[in-house]
Amino acid sequence: MKTAPAPGPDRTAPRRRHWSRRANPLAGAGSVIWLAVVIVPVYAMISASLTHQSEALGHNALKPPSHPTLDNYDTVLHNGFGHLLWNTALVAAAVVVIVLALCVPLSYVAVRTRSVWSGAAFRLFLLGVAIPAQAVVVPLYLMIAKLNLYDSLLAIILPTAAFAMPVSVLILTGTLRDISEDLYEAMGLDGASTTRMLFQLVIPLAKGGISTVVVYAALQAWNGLLFPLIFTQSDGPRVLTLGLFNYVSEFGVNIPALLASVVLSGVPIFVVYLVARRALVGGLMGVGGK
Amino acid sequence: MGRPRSAARNRAGRPNAALALPAILFFAFFAVAPMVLAFYLSFTQWNGLGDPRPVGLANWRKLLNDDRLTQSLTVTVVLTVVSWAFQTVLSLLLGVWAAGRQRNRAVLSAIFFTPFLLSSTAISLLFYALLDPNFGIIHADTLGTTSGAFLAIVFVGGWQFIPFHTLIYQGGARQIPEVLYQAAAIDGAGRLRQFFSITLPQLRNTATTSGVLMIVGSLTYFETVLILTQGGPGTDTAILPYLMYQAGFKSYDFGYASAVASFLVIAATALSLLMVRLSGFGAMRSTREGM
Repeated sequence: MKTAPAPGPDRTAPRRRHWSRRANPLAGAGSVIWLAVVIVPVYAMISASLTHQSEALGHNALKPPSHPTLDNYDTVLHNGFGHLLWNTALVAAAVVVIVLALCVPLSYVAVRTRSVWSGAAFRLFLLGVAIPAQAVVVPLYLMIAKLNLYDSLLAIILPTAAFAMPVSVLILTGTLRDISEDLYEAMGLDGASTTRMLFQLVIPLAKGGISTVVVYAALQAWNGLLFPLIFTQSDGPRVLTLGLFNYVSEFGVNIPALLASVVLSGVPIFVVYLVARRALVGGLMGVGGK
Repeated sequence: MGRPRSAARNRAGRPNAALALPAILFFAFFAVAPMVLAFYLSFTQWNGLGDPRPVGLANWRKLLNDDRLTQSLTVTVVLTVVSWAFQTVLSLLLGVWAAGRQRNRAVLSAIFFTPFLLSSTAISLLFYALLDPNFGIIHADTLGTTSGAFLAIVFVGGWQFIPFHTLIYQGGARQIPEVLYQAAAIDGAGRLRQFFSITLPQLRNTATTSGVLMIVGSLTYFETVLILTQGGPGTDTAILPYLMYQAGFKSYDFGYASAVASFLVIAATALSLLMVRLSGFGAMRSTREGM
């Protein structure tokens, strides 16, 4: 059971497909152009982050630095980068835990019961898929203030988790629907309770969907700027995105330092990508590939 | 799932509906209640301190007579449509191409994915630096002109999200049954003909899903606008979410901001109803054959 759609005939088909039998120069050229579109900004960013600040003004970002330096990284790392990273990791972990703890049981109910209520609940979450966080940030601001959560990590975690739920439910119900009726039945004959089925049948078989949700929820937490920007103020609960945003005013024209901080912000997720490429890409491919 | 089964067989593994309650309550509190509250706040005046004070229709009257709203709506719609077209064409072509299985495609696809590793904030800052007239790639004030700022937002949005949509199309293209192409090849259909007669029609559902996600996504290009253009030059790129942010968190006119936000809720709800309709997400059935 994987979320990545079953490739069906692919598994047994010859590895080469019809369109790869002959070279396709147009497609090849197109992909090389896109390669440049992706690579040039990344190259310019890394090269500029190694440029000395005195060289930066009037410098063309495409030119490699004449005297590469790590000073910019030093500056950023001494500006509390570790603290930002730690906060971001905490937020991401908390969001993932909340989303899984809430959405797995909900999806189980949505798939396995056919009552009017579970259908209505499922539809409520479906409607939530398109609701942008921007639309509710003013009332949330009021609620966060009334709950005395303003300027805390919880002020970021709770709404971020709530807004990661609709898509997570969508992914999970998609996976859970593929669990065969016979398996429930077999466990039912053994006298298993639904709780036991949840832990011994549903969760193990939904691993693909669950790992996609982990990636998705963590990315939401990792990427969010709006909630941190509006619900926090002091250095204490500051996360990476807000830290980056603030560097613009802190470093002003020091573009090399700014880019060094952008590079550094990408490093942790790049490491995750190297380790878990398959889960990450495969999971995301399943989001819309049906 | 739609097949009739005996009641006894069906009952196995039916969980107690109470299991779903925590999720529903949590979501209702942090996502649904604020939406309702946004409508309420749009009928009040509130500067962020103290309590909101009801003022009737004042905010709505002001909003509907505000040139900024008309402009903002136009910018939002144009930005959404242009982004959709730009991203769909590129990610469709790249996705279909990447669905092939040679080794170089796998390597290139991995590289194509790299923008996805940076947050919207990081990407916006990167292009903010690269478009700086004194430092960047183009030594011109790109972000200072209306068309330049607009195209920059479209391009940066595409740079960030095309990798993701390419992945969706790649997944979709890999599911097209090989026999269709074999049959077409026997009939003598060329590559172009196969693309238009098989690939495109077969990717219909994928295109709907991806398209709706793109449209919903570009409604919220908030970070990009905030960092790249601050809605400028003037108010030329002030999309709805940015207009809302400015009214609320810059001018402390939260009642007015809520009226703008209510607009967004209506638009988003309409879009999501459309999505449920078009994509079949709402149908409670397995998408796998025979289940």
